[in-house]
Amino acid sequence: MSLSFAIFTALCAIGVLALIFGLVLGFAAVKFKVQGDPLVEQIDEILPQTQCGQCGYPGCKPYAEAIANGDDINKCPPGGEATIKKLADLMGVEAKSLDAAHGTEDVKKVAFIREAECIGCTKCIQACPVDAILGAAKQMHTVITDECTGCDLCVAPCPVDCIDMVPVPQSTASWRWDIDKSIPIKQVK
Amino acid sequence: MNFKLASSPHQHVRRNTGQVMRMVILALLPGVLLQTWFFGWGTLVQVMLAIITVVVTEAAILELRKKDFESAIKDYSAILTAVLLAISIPPFAPWWIVVLGSFFAIAIVKQLYGGLGFNVFNPAMAGYVMLLISFPVQMTQWLPPAGLAQYSHNFNDALYVIFTGFSVDGFSIAQLKTDYDGVTMATPLDTAKTAIAQNLTYSESIELPIFDSLVPGIGVASSWISLGYLLGGLYLIKQKVINWHIPVGMLTTTVVCAIIMSIADSDVYPSGIFHLLNGSIIIGAFFIATDPVSACTTNKGRLVFGAAIGFWVYVIRTWGGYPDAVAFAVLIMNMAVPLIDYYTRPRTYGHSPIKTNKRGINDE
Amino acid sequence: MDNNFDDIVKKLENNELWDFHGGVFPAEQKTLSNQNLIAQLPLSKYLYVPVKQHIGVEGQVIVSEGQAVLKGEPLTQSSNPFAVPIHAPSSGKILSIGEHVSAHPSGLPELTIKIETDQQDRWLPLTPMVDYQKQSKMDVIGAICNAGISGMGGAGFPTHIKIGTTKQVEFLIINGVECEPYITSDDRLMREHAWQIRQGIDVLCHLLNPKCVVIAIEKNKPEAIEAMEVACKENSNYQVVDIPTKYPAGGEKQLIQVLTNREVPAKGLPIDVGVIMHNVGTCFAVSDAIFSGKPLVQRVVTVTGGAVETPGNFWAPIGTPVSHLFNEANYNSKAQKQPQAIMGGPMMGFSITDESVPVVKTTNCILLPDAKESQTRKEQACIRCGACADVCPANLLPQQLFWHAKGKELDKAQDYNLFDCIECGACAYVCPSDIPLVHYYRVAKSEIKLEQDEKVKADKARERFEKRAARLIAEQEARDEKHRLAAEARKQAMSDSGNTAKDKIAAALARAKAKKEATAKGMSNADESIAPHKANENSGTKASSNERVQAAIARAKAKKEAAQKALQQTESKTANLEPTEISDTDSADSKVMLQDADVADTLDNKDKPAIDKKAKVAAAIAKAKAKKLAQQREEKEAENSIGYPDNANSAVEKNTKETQSDDIQAENLALKKQRVAAAVAKAKAKKLAANSDQVIADDVTTKQDTLQSLDKDNKESQGLDQKKQRIAAAVAKAKAKKAAKDASQKTEDDKS
Repeated sequence: MSLSFAIFTALCAIGVLALIFGLVLGFAAVKFKVQGDPLVEQIDEILPQTQCGQCGYPGCKPYAEAIANGDDINKCPPGGEATIKKLADLMGVEAKSLDAAHGTEDVKKVAFIREAECIGCTKCIQACPVDAILGAAKQMHTVITDECTGCDLCVAPCPVDCIDMVPVPQSTASWRWDIDKSIPIKQVK
Repeated sequence: MNFKLASSPHQHVRRNTGQVMRMVILALLPGVLLQTWFFGWGTLVQVMLAIITVVVTEAAILELRKKDFESAIKDYSAILTAVLLAISIPPFAPWWIVVLGSFFAIAIVKQLYGGLGFNVFNPAMAGYVMLLISFPVQMTQWLPPAGLAQYSHNFNDALYVIFTGFSVDGFSIAQLKTDYDGVTMATPLDTAKTAIAQNLTYSESIELPIFDSLVPGIGVASSWISLGYLLGGLYLIKQKVINWHIPVGMLTTTVVCAIIMSIADSDVYPSGIFHLLNGSIIIGAFFIATDPVSACTTNKGRLVFGAAIGFWVYVIRTWGGYPDAVAFAVLIMNMAVPLIDYYTRPRTYGHSPIKTNKRGINDE
Repeated sequence: MDNNFDDIVKKLENNELWDFHGGVFPAEQKTLSNQNLIAQLPLSKYLYVPVKQHIGVEGQVIVSEGQAVLKGEPLTQSSNPFAVPIHAPSSGKILSIGEHVSAHPSGLPELTIKIETDQQDRWLPLTPMVDYQKQSKMDVIGAICNAGISGMGGAGFPTHIKIGTTKQVEFLIINGVECEPYITSDDRLMREHAWQIRQGIDVLCHLLNPKCVVIAIEKNKPEAIEAMEVACKENSNYQVVDIPTKYPAGGEKQLIQVLTNREVPAKGLPIDVGVIMHNVGTCFAVSDAIFSGKPLVQRVVTVTGGAVETPGNFWAPIGTPVSHLFNEANYNSKAQKQPQAIMGGPMMGFSITDESVPVVKTTNCILLPDAKESQTRKEQACIRCGACADVCPANLLPQQLFWHAKGKELDKAQDYNLFDCIECGACAYVCPSDIPLVHYYRVAKSEIKLEQDEKVKADKARERFEKRAARLIAEQEARDEKHRLAAEARKQAMSDSGNTAKDKIAAALARAKAKKEATAKGMSNADESIAPHKANENSGTKASSNERVQAAIARAKAKKEAAQKALQQTESKTANLEPTEISDTDSADSKVMLQDADVADTLDNKDKPAIDKKAKVAAAIAKAKAKKLAQQREEKEAENSIGYPDNANSAVEKNTKETQSDDIQAENLALKKQRVAAAVAKAKAKKLAANSDQVIADDVTTKQDTLQSLDKDNKESQGLDQKKQRIAAAVAKAKAKKAAKDASQKTEDDKS
């Protein structure tokens, strides 16, 4: 058997194998196609939807798009470390600490309008990204607490500085059983 | 008043980890004493050496890891590991064997994985296998049981042999190994295996002096020692320290395999009782495979886990290169524990039987 | 339903029961407290009645502070079906309605009504419903709801919801199991009030029509079993079943499994398997409510444990602070290393945070363990021994749950059915490593719940954000479209022909003029229409009337002109920044306006009462405009000074110097003034800086708004003035703040 024949058989065999595997792969790609959420949607799901713009983007969705396009995942102070961790898991990158340039993680707050001082200028209504402020020109405004994301955006435009960011008080419903420190049980790891 | 706050329940049973481990050690005692009776003081010396090594190792590593080592040592888990390892190795093995094995078991197998509760492999068995593979000569130097040996030996002999390699009277371990016929002694399993390999039939092989015990075909020492451990194991089951699932699964499978094979060819394949009472299968079934950390946690899983170990024990004993196989079988199945646990989850109250989808999440 | 009703009944008759998975056998300790009759607790001086004591929503408080209440008087009401009212547990006076430490493991304050009792314990007139069988079911259920009855076994589910079911009930199970150690309140209640409990069961039967009634009592309460058997002898449909003592046999799901071998589906309710379960305490309360008309204002509470000298059961009014119970049972604090009190049993109870925690409808026990009984040991590593899985009544894998809960892998914990955990504590009870497993689950559960809430909120926020964005875009598009159409129309007109376009413009101008005139005329017509009468009345005043008409026309014209000029002026002001020019046009404007106002004033004086009103309005408008212009001029001046920051600064400095010499009050005043000035200046500067069309447009509208509001203000009374002042002050304050900041920034800028 000549050498060229051996080479020829080897090439043929490899070619046939390549063809078969290619077909299998192609079939698998069609058959087992993953119909998942697009990445942006998934990122947007993780972001806290505060719409505060602290990340430098005009809302959570734009930031989600930016992350999908390779922006840093540590620009979301309202989400804090938890969000960064989830984003890191999703994106398959290392979790970084929060970028202090965009703010620091804080307790959850909601806006509160000192109604006696409100002059009804509607500036905060225009600023609110989620339409959580109720009011009309020259009428006293008020915050729909349930809808407020605590984004802070209404505070700056107020000409009379009558908007406060009030920490959400803890209630028995939002209590996290945080009596750990009082249990004389030490953590072991 | 400054009230003390705690989360319910406010009551506990008195039993804690330390007590559980102490009970296991207690249950080992009959077997250990019988082993000492048959194989001399070496066993106890090895146990002491192993205990000292694990305590020192554990303390040092916990100190390095900046953990509280006092409570960790009080949980007796390391000491249990030490005892199990020490009784597995030949009683007259050199001192560094047991020290190295204990150190490996605690430092590498247990603490490097995160300490108690986090180790994937059974530390004692991992240590044993490491020694067996690395130092096959020292690890197979079993002396003939008392009554069969040519030379008797006392406590001082044991110490001397372990630390210097020679007894007080200057006998080497090889000399001590000879029986009264002047033939070098091997373990029953080894003997049978060698005999069968030399084309003797099983019934011929058990004619050898080592099998001269109350039950034909069972090593003199092994039968008694196995009964000792069986006693301890039953005590543990009665005390609900261990569940019956693993021992039953393991022993049944080995015996069933043996019976099937011996029916097929009783000349080559030893009987079920031979497999049951020779070697370390009893101690393995009640004390080693039941190590909670590295075993399955669901009862169904335990049954599967035990059965699989039993199967491997039989396979390796019969066709493998080693006469006994408990350590290998346990280690192999340790790796499969998460898988078994996952697929043997019990049906939660109020749920339909578990179906798992591709992502492994209940479909409900 | 796998388990056929008839088979189950047959088995129950033979006392053949099923079993549930797991379970533990803690020391019962019941004899400590079940030896004596239930004692009536002396009334405490203060009662703290939390507004919400059940699962659901709280009602609206309908009493006020200082109000006197009678025992049984409702304190809250609500139309929400999940609300249960609360009642005054004794007669007295409402001291306060405010936050008080809650009967909750967190001890976080909750809305509580504090009552000072008058020690007379006077009842409200009661309305029993003895003939409940003749009443409609809805009325009976309503009566039970109004009596404030919620489940007294533990969870506090509103009873009227449970009994209001329309589904077929096969088994009505009366839970007298009381499987927790130490607690004997149901035991004593059954022994002493079996008859009344039976009456309560009768009522429930009337409402639910169950095929079979099972009264389940644990075997360790032979006296209670006997008492209930005697009480239920007459009714063959009632079966008293003694069940093996095993914790937690009294859990709803477990008891159903023991009695019927049916499992309540996950996330389902007992009624899904044809079962309704009520606690014996609830039955007693129902009987009290129907046969005596008494609302739920007291309950049996066991006070027990090694740290009390006389443990026992007490009839405690709801709201009694636990310290009162401590005293009655002779609490010996020396028996404890650190004070510790548990509300509920040792397996599922929670440590209370304060001794003023009140007794609520679900409080069945106060446990004061001595040092021996309450030992806490250090948590050790899980050795995966599986003891917890062996005792779990829900057949969970507690060690897996623990692993994931501790590792904060919450979704994995949920995969292992975390939410099917009933928190019975059996796992932690047997754990050799002393791991507080239930605590880990609770933390994980609360975290999951909060996360879910947050998720819902985030989704809502996202939706609102997107809707808003869409709306803004739509608005922008609409505007653009309008502009485009307008531009097109213009272009069209231009391209048609120069003449026609011009004609059109001319026509438009003419139309506008005509309109203006018409308005002016309309005004003068109005004047005229009134005038003739007056002319008739006052002879020889025709000439003056004409004059008046003319004056009115002139006035209207002047007004229009002024308005136009004002508009122009504002535009020029923002577009054109020549300070001198602005002030020039300004003064001219204001002069016009003032003249206008003068005219109006003079007219006012001259005119007869009939036209007074109109004139006054006009005058007011004019005045307002004048005022506004004046204000504008002021602003402009300030603006000018902002244009030269040094001036502003020096002005501020000057002001400061001035104020320093004044006394404190004056200082404040001056400071304020200074702030106002600075603020106005700052605001203007800001506007100028922005200097965009948008701002101009805004400006104009705002100014027009202000104008209108000033008009209104003039018409309206003094009351509004105050608000106006406040607004002005607020604006000034805010602006001053900004200005100060700005000024400092500017100086910095200057320096750099």
